[in-house]
Amino acid sequence: MSLADELYRETILDHYHNPRNQGVLEGPSILSVEGVNPLCGDELILYLDVKDGKVEGISIKSRGCSINTASSSMMTEAVKGLPVERVEELIDAFKNMMLKGEQTAVPEEFEDLEALQGVKKYPVRIKCALLPWNTLIEALHSAASGETAKAISTE
Amino acid sequence: MLDVARVRKDFPILDRIVNGRPLVYLDSAATSQKPQCVIDSITDYYSRYNSNIHRGIHSLGEEATAAYEGVREKVCNFIKATSAREVIFTRNTTEAVNLVASTYGRQHILAGDEILLTPLEHHSNLIPWQTLAKERDAKLVYCDVTEDGKVDVESVKRLINSRTRIVAVTLTSNVLGTIVPVAEICTIAHASGAVVFVDGAQAVPHLPVSVQDLQCDFLAFSMHKMLGPTGVGILWGKAEILEEMPPQMYGGNMINSVWRDRVILNQVPWRFEAGTPNIADVIASGVALDYLQALGMNNVRAHEKQLSQYALAQFSKIPGIKLYGPSTVEDRAGVFSFNLSGVHPHDVGQIVNEEGIAIRVGHHCCQPLMRDLDISGTARASFYVYTTEEEIDLLIGALDKARKVLGHVACR
Ligand SMILES: Cc1ncc(COP(=O)(O)O)c(C=O)c1O
Repeated sequence: MSLADELYRETILDHYHNPRNQGVLEGPSILSVEGVNPLCGDELILYLDVKDGKVEGISIKSRGCSINTASSSMMTEAVKGLPVERVEELIDAFKNMMLKGEQTAVPEEFEDLEALQGVKKYPVRIKCALLPWNTLIEALHSAASGETAKAISTE
Repeated sequence: MLDVARVRKDFPILDRIVNGRPLVYLDSAATSQKPQCVIDSITDYYSRYNSNIHRGIHSLGEEATAAYEGVREKVCNFIKATSAREVIFTRNTTEAVNLVASTYGRQHILAGDEILLTPLEHHSNLIPWQTLAKERDAKLVYCDVTEDGKVDVESVKRLINSRTRIVAVTLTSNVLGTIVPVAEICTIAHASGAVVFVDGAQAVPHLPVSVQDLQCDFLAFSMHKMLGPTGVGILWGKAEILEEMPPQMYGGNMINSVWRDRVILNQVPWRFEAGTPNIADVIASGVALDYLQALGMNNVRAHEKQLSQYALAQFSKIPGIKLYGPSTVEDRAGVFSFNLSGVHPHDVGQIVNEEGIAIRVGHHCCQPLMRDLDISGTARASFYVYTTEEEIDLLIGALDKARKVLGHVACR
């Protein structure tokens, strides 16, 4: 299989070229968390608005690579509007898919995310895909404890 | 000029097939490949005269000591130093910087003093000074660089003052390829009593470097970037400065006499080499120096200049490429950082790797410079004695592919 079939699938390129939920969210209830991939220096800022146990708003500001950007875009699209517990399940499922090689870990309704399976063959790129997810975990922790700014790294 | 076809025969790794293609190694700035003679010398040491040095009187020990100390002489000749006693073996450039920052630096930097750097510095020649400055409440000052990545010497003149104690400067930028006018900076620094620490990691492997011409006070470089093995760095310092410096580490080898409650330290340079050193790799480093000397550093430089001229011309033909650093080969080394519009460097690296081409992507341990340039990273191709114009052509072809796979097509 060629690189384009395996890694740079159509879905990924679509999200890379037209990332959803990109940019800054502002408002009193918005919290922001910074994520860093020390390997390549890629940084992103995740903005999260949790209200009544639900992800009301989410956006990401970054200049990441294709995998990072696509993963961010798909993630924000998937979790927007979901209850926090459901988001946590999805994060687990996604990380299991990426790290443990579980083929069917991601629920059907999030089939876009399946496109990121190809990344598993390129171990250095797994971090690119995970950065937004790990940053989201951190943001949810902050939301739960009422903090508003934090920096994390994927190391 | 170099007979590159012949040189290439000396490097067994160049026969490798990567992802179904012959390896195109364009990452020598990260670490160079090794000729067979260097590889063999390591086996030769371990199979014929492996022994600890500076102790015992048996024949193996004598042979190993002579070989190890002989490399000090070779380094001394290579950088036109006046005495082998000014040559200290470390693990790498990074350790050499840390050695000076934690000894000379701690001795001389007081609150309110200034350390002058260029914005081009590798983290290795930045964080040790930054940490020292924080510890001592001293000030880090950065000179300016021009639009095309050259060090603005006028800004150095303006910024150096009576509080400037140390100027830490790279001789060649590992990102932009800029060759910095270090001799000129040394004259300016010395006029106001500052010492100059030169990071030669990207320069000594590629150009003739003479510490006498530079008139610097310290020079550091890594053997693994100049055909030698990993694990050997060089710190050269002026004898009169080294004599006054305390050791960084204590233990065996670095002493003259020891009592229960006191010690008389060994002479320079052994005072700075506590414990059993990396004997095998130091000896192999000597073989690398011989190899480079036989090629002739003027020839090495001429070869890379020619490649750079070619690369500048070829790169400029790629639509949407942004090339960083000086545009004249006189001012630059064979290190080319670039970005393709709409393609992240990480993806560029991945796609060219598919063609067997090794380049480096990311921030290259120069995050402050990346922030200055307002980019997250670059892709970087770097050349050495075995690099050919055909390899540059292959890279250019692969970049075209990267653009096609990932480049943003406006009305998709
Ligand atoms: C300019 C420069 N300085 C310092 C270093 C650090 O060298 P080492 O990792 O061998 O200590 C490098 C290598 O990446 C470099 O390019």
